[in-house]
Amino acid sequence: MTAAISLRDVRKTFGDFTALKAVSFDIADNEFFTLLGPSGCGKTTLLRLIAGFEGTTGGTIHLYGQEIEGLPPDRRPVNTVFQNYALFPHMTVQENIAFGLQMLKWPRADIAARVAEMVAMVRLGDFVHRKPAQMSGGQQQRVALARAMAPRPKVLLLDEPLSALDLKLRQEMRSELKRLQRETGITFIFVTHDQEEALSMSDRIAVMSAGEVQQIGRPSEIYEHPANRFVADFIGETNLIDATVEAVEGQIVTCRLPDGETVHALANRAASKGQSGTLSIRPERLTITRDPPPGESLKGVLGASTYLGTDTHYEVRLGPNLSLTARMQNAEDAALRLDEGDPVHVSIVAGAARFLVT
Amino acid sequence: MAAGTGSGRTVSATFRPIRGWLLLPSWAIIGFFMVIPVLLMLVYSFLTKEFRGGVIWEPTLAAYDQFLFDRGLFGDEPPTIEWAYITIFIRSILQATGATLLCLLIGFPTAFFIATRPAHTRAIWLFLITIPYWVNLLIRTVSVRFLIRDNGPLNDFLLALGLVDQPLGLINTNFAVQLGLFYSYLPFMVLPIYAAVERYNFAFSEAASDLYAPKWTILRRIVIPVVKPGIIAGCILVFVPSLGAFLAPDLLGGAKTYMIGSLIEEQFKGNAGNWPFGAAASMILLSMVLVVLLFYARGQSREGA
Ligand SMILES: Nc1ncnc2c1ncn2[C@@H]1O[C@H](COP(=O)(O)OP(=O)(O)OP(=O)(O)O)[C@@H](O)[C@H]1O
Ligand SMILES: [Mg+2]
Repeated sequence: MTAAISLRDVRKTFGDFTALKAVSFDIADNEFFTLLGPSGCGKTTLLRLIAGFEGTTGGTIHLYGQEIEGLPPDRRPVNTVFQNYALFPHMTVQENIAFGLQMLKWPRADIAARVAEMVAMVRLGDFVHRKPAQMSGGQQQRVALARAMAPRPKVLLLDEPLSALDLKLRQEMRSELKRLQRETGITFIFVTHDQEEALSMSDRIAVMSAGEVQQIGRPSEIYEHPANRFVADFIGETNLIDATVEAVEGQIVTCRLPDGETVHALANRAASKGQSGTLSIRPERLTITRDPPPGESLKGVLGASTYLGTDTHYEVRLGPNLSLTARMQNAEDAALRLDEGDPVHVSIVAGAARFLVT
Repeated sequence: MAAGTGSGRTVSATFRPIRGWLLLPSWAIIGFFMVIPVLLMLVYSFLTKEFRGGVIWEPTLAAYDQFLFDRGLFGDEPPTIEWAYITIFIRSILQATGATLLCLLIGFPTAFFIATRPAHTRAIWLFLITIPYWVNLLIRTVSVRFLIRDNGPLNDFLLALGLVDQPLGLINTNFAVQLGLFYSYLPFMVLPIYAAVERYNFAFSEAASDLYAPKWTILRRIVIPVVKPGIIAGCILVFVPSLGAFLAPDLLGGAKTYMIGSLIEEQFKGNAGNWPFGAAASMILLSMVLVVLLFYARGQSREGA
């Protein structure tokens, strides 16, 4: 099956600034694909290259097997939901949604039917005669979505469409978008710098940084098996500790921490004895106990704690050069009431530590 | 939102006693330089003329009668329309329309060009547009006359190139007058359109292009409607002074291009004038302008609704 979008060595420079460095990957048909990365990493630039607003500096882009370099935006079966919506201010909701269909010269009756369908889909029935300036951010966002989906594009590009919304609305729209993508079967390329958004909605995520793709994978892959230190750090919270390899046993390495302790961890790729790298352990995969638990554990002193409702964050000082953050669920019974300065043991949930070769 | 409105109300309530006084200078200036002169003209247009210019304080409709009717309103026979002045009036409207269209044709692309330059060079382009306007209007209009007359540079150039075998005879034509008006008022078209295009968000054009609109359709369906207030403002700013202009028609036109501005000018110049007649012509011109502005205002308020 041909990929919906296929990027090969796509590069983009602005003057002497390189915004994208040789990006290559495929996006499958019907996929909810997310580009995730910090501000300025080139997410919007990549979308603009796919939409055709900018030309590539090098490389090729194929859309369902067809090379699209040189095709202007109005000849690409791709629609965009813009970062700031870019709704036509002089047109009503209805006219905005109908615009693309008019350009495609759909018959009048079909346009009316499709607009009605779109309006119902995004639940804007009461607003069809309003202009964009008379609507809230969330309503505008839904108009932008309806306008972009009305012409039945093969691929829909969404550039941080939820960033202007408040938390509650954003969470609602997440499931809404996911539902729309499933129902329509349109390939979504969704841009965000919010990792929670990416993890909760995507089939696959491409984590980008400084114009490069760091890792592509399913949300659980990205979270459980980060490819490098950047990904481990950017997605979720983690403890990152400089470490060196003591011994190698297949995929498992024994690594030495700055203060001399050793920990077993799963290496992200083949490692050899003496190699340096980073140990990554998620706070929620650490357990704090007063008494030494059976198996591997580290001794430390409890530092500051932060109460977060369902969880509490504890800082544990293991030595002069090392402290860890652990996240423990707050239990009903106060059996494990910990206070600052208590001596404690920290154990790592089996198989949860990752060694990232530098 | 509610808090914002509330505080706004408090502030305006605080200032209400003073606000009227603060506006006094503006009202005084508008009253002195706008309302009083117009009222004066209105009154003069209903008075009797004095022979050496000026008026006699005897009310009459003679001035309007002279402008509109050939066989007078007050004769024994039924009145007939005087076409001479109405013709001049209609010609003025056509000339002003021509000049406005010419300004729009050249001014829109110019404004668009300037507004799409990098921000730091826009001021330079705007300055370049205004340079000729530091020179007096009379001198500029005379210079157009020199440029386009039969043995002027334009014709010399065309003759030398062999594009024409005799001078074009541009001078004293309607086109010459429109050219002069165009040259007089072009910045009034460029500046408001520039201001509108500069505020235009080009993401709209990208969105339209993304929705399968070709270039010209984007211009027609998106850009022009969004910057329309600037275009309309520019058209009014050119049309209104063109309608009453007398320099360009005097210097570039002839008897066949006589415009209402010249007619009015002559009524107040020297001893041969007829003040009430000039005032009546002015009032008729003013009412036409008001009609145009009223249509504009109605269009605007309908759009806002
Ligand atoms: N037209 C341009 N000229 C010069 N540099 C540009 C241009 N467009 C983008 N850049 C640069 O390219 C880099 C990537 O920009 P891009 O807009 O793709 O970032 P982004 O990942 O979408 O960020 P954000 O999350 O803030 O939207 C940035 O450093 C930006 O300054
Ligand atoms: Mg962006």
